[in-house]
Amino acid sequence: MIRIQTEDFEIGRETDALADDGQSGAIATFTGLVRASGDRQDVRALFLEHYPGMTESVIEDLIAQASERWSINAVRVIHRVGELALGERIVFVGVTSAHRGDAFAACEFLMDALKTSAPFWKKEITADGTSHWVEQKDSDRRKADDWQAG
Amino acid sequence: MSNTVTIKFFARLRETLDTDSLDLPVESGTTVADLIRTLASRGSPWDTLDGDRSVMIAVNQTMARPSQPVSAGDEVALFPPVTGG
Repeated sequence: MIRIQTEDFEIGRETDALADDGQSGAIATFTGLVRASGDRQDVRALFLEHYPGMTESVIEDLIAQASERWSINAVRVIHRVGELALGERIVFVGVTSAHRGDAFAACEFLMDALKTSAPFWKKEITADGTSHWVEQKDSDRRKADDWQAG
Repeated sequence: MSNTVTIKFFARLRETLDTDSLDLPVESGTTVADLIRTLASRGSPWDTLDGDRSVMIAVNQTMARPSQPVSAGDEVALFPPVTGG
């Protein structure tokens, strides 16, 4: 299940929606938040843009890759777009599995891959009213590459 | 049927070029690199596209290389490295 939306989401509700009929012994979730220091200090908001259509198909492909590598049952990915204030939730990834190892690994893989493969772009809006596109981080690139290597 | 491809621009590229989408004619054998050269020949700010190795390419919403041929009706997207999540 993939949703790209401007609206907020509730972690509890999304986690409950992942629970199933007893096949899963584990739910691993990750939630990303807007923080005050990124490429710039004094960030007061983020603006997120995406490529409608391609975004969904890239995430579907990442979920298919995760399903081949790990024994997982259900996946939910929610990514918000538009302007988001400090502390707001940006992204949610939730994975269920019979065992926690697969759930943790698939959740981390999906988040790392999403940051370098899914066509989203973040712009930081700072306290002085200026805005700057966030540059892709080598550290994010390396994390995604490590999954390919390992 | 039209003999054009639609080129979409996102994020920093969309702002630099002040354009989110345009159509360009293509002939048999036209590649994405050819399209970028055609755009760059328009002068500033389009010339920033030429030689910018950070520009990512998608053809029909799948990641592609500059050498990829395009056909009439294709959707080509040019954008900076992604930074979501």
